[in-house]
Amino acid sequence: MPRITREQVLYTARLARLRLTDDEARAMTRHLEAILDYAAQLETVDTEGVEPMSHVMALETPLRSDAPQAGLSADDALANAPGSDGTHFLVPKILDSETQA
Amino acid sequence: MAAPIASLIELCADLESGRSSAVALVENVFARADEVDGALQTLLHPRRAAALEEAAVSDARRAAGRLRSPLDGIPIAIKDNIVQAGEPASCASRILEGYRSPFSATAVERLRGAGAVIVARTNMDEFAMGSSTENSVRGPSRNPWSLERTPGGSSGGSAAAVSAGIVPLALGSDTGGSIRQPASFCGVVGMKPTYGRVSRRGLVAFASSLDQIGPIARSARDCALLLDVLSGADPGDSTALPEAALESHRALDGDVSGLRIGLPKEIRETPGVSPEVLTKVEEAVAELERAGARSLEVSLPHTRFALATYYLISTAEASGNLARFDGVRYGFRASSDGGGVTPMYERTRSAGFGDEVKRRILLGTFALSAGYYDAYYRKAQQLRTLLLRDFEAAFQHCDVLALPTTPQPAFRIGEKTGEPLSMYLTDVFTVPANLTGAPGVSLPCGFQDGLPLGLQLMGRPLEDATVLRVADAFQRRSEYHLQRPPL
Repeated sequence: MPRITREQVLYTARLARLRLTDDEARAMTRHLEAILDYAAQLETVDTEGVEPMSHVMALETPLRSDAPQAGLSADDALANAPGSDGTHFLVPKILDSETQA
Repeated sequence: MAAPIASLIELCADLESGRSSAVALVENVFARADEVDGALQTLLHPRRAAALEEAAVSDARRAAGRLRSPLDGIPIAIKDNIVQAGEPASCASRILEGYRSPFSATAVERLRGAGAVIVARTNMDEFAMGSSTENSVRGPSRNPWSLERTPGGSSGGSAAAVSAGIVPLALGSDTGGSIRQPASFCGVVGMKPTYGRVSRRGLVAFASSLDQIGPIARSARDCALLLDVLSGADPGDSTALPEAALESHRALDGDVSGLRIGLPKEIRETPGVSPEVLTKVEEAVAELERAGARSLEVSLPHTRFALATYYLISTAEASGNLARFDGVRYGFRASSDGGGVTPMYERTRSAGFGDEVKRRILLGTFALSAGYYDAYYRKAQQLRTLLLRDFEAAFQHCDVLALPTTPQPAFRIGEKTGEPLSMYLTDVFTVPANLTGAPGVSLPCGFQDGLPLGLQLMGRPLEDATVLRVADAFQRRSEYHLQRPPL
């Protein structure tokens, strides 16, 4: 059984907000299958009871004093926007009929 | 003919004696770039006029006796994923086309505070995803030692620019080897510091638990001087170490007597490792033994799983970090074609990202998705724990580890682009340092068929200065780092 099918690749692409052409879907399926086959070697390791590590250093989350500080100005924040009215980011209209994947 | 620019230490002496000026150094940089960078393609967005102005201000500081640091007036190039206020930061991606950063990275602020002169940004693999600098929207950079070969990656532009004598110093970023591997391929010194040693604020995130900014230079001593300026606590990065700036350059006394060098026995068993690479690493260790160090064999049984672990963890983190590129706040936006906001996101991301970035987003999204999370992502995190235990055990018996940086010297452009997994395998010796947070430096230790080979030294987390001291001790006894490519 393949580790990942073309349908799973297309589903994952929808989750990641990517559209794949037929050629891309074919190539990505082949590449991801090769990578997941390689990663299957991890299955040979007994990890029963091993704590998963998300971060290498157990740092406390440092807190700064709760005092106002200057942040990015609205002009600076909007300077790179592909669409802006000077005070907001503009995006295409969100249609009622649109459903989230 | 423009001479290659000298090393940092030599330039400091030239500036101090008045034999050169900061303005003359910037002129040297661009004359050299004009001569060789057409072929190499290392620099993006040169700041010729701004750099000349900043250099003149540095010269005035020097004349007034108000130097800020040893780096005052020294030219430096920075990788295109480290932001500078008012400058482009494209990460070599179409999706950041036209972007100009509203703020500077902490590393950039520290460089400018030290008086260094930023001359250009450097080419890279898109979003630092790659091992050859071929995944750049601007086209590949080339290796100064052999133009048909890659400089490595993802910080290939930075390493090749230092190797070619365009700049004495450059910044790179290293998530799985992206400083050390190109340093090895280009015959220069590159260091991934301990995780947290250099603030990541202003480094465009790839995999946040692995990313580090680090120095690329001609010698361990030059790297130490640059790292000392970059290091230190930062309220803008909660993962930056809460420690004062390093003074690692003061630790470089050439003394390695009594130092224990561990040689991981698993290295020899790695498929595809060049016998010449192994020989050169052994010769380098023998040289350090003649200087008073001793070597012993150590075992790191889980390192054979490190690469698979790395590619699952790094892509999982990347899939989240790259969600922000959606065509709303910055960069490129594709037309929604009247379809609303979700089609706009999809069209923007599909047209804005290159193939390798899409592949890693897909792999990471899959590894995190319902039904696969435990089998892939959680399993990889457990392997990361086992790997860290291996290294902690080894460092009970030795002070540094010596191993190759890469299994082979630089490969040809195009050689690995069709098969992503074969490209990933070039990172097999570099990913453990990122997964365990340890400092690692790559330095030249020989040649194979005219191509540089790299010795990698790893140390205990926080012991950046030890790693640099051993690298410097080797360079006091060898001349590989003094070789220049035939340009």
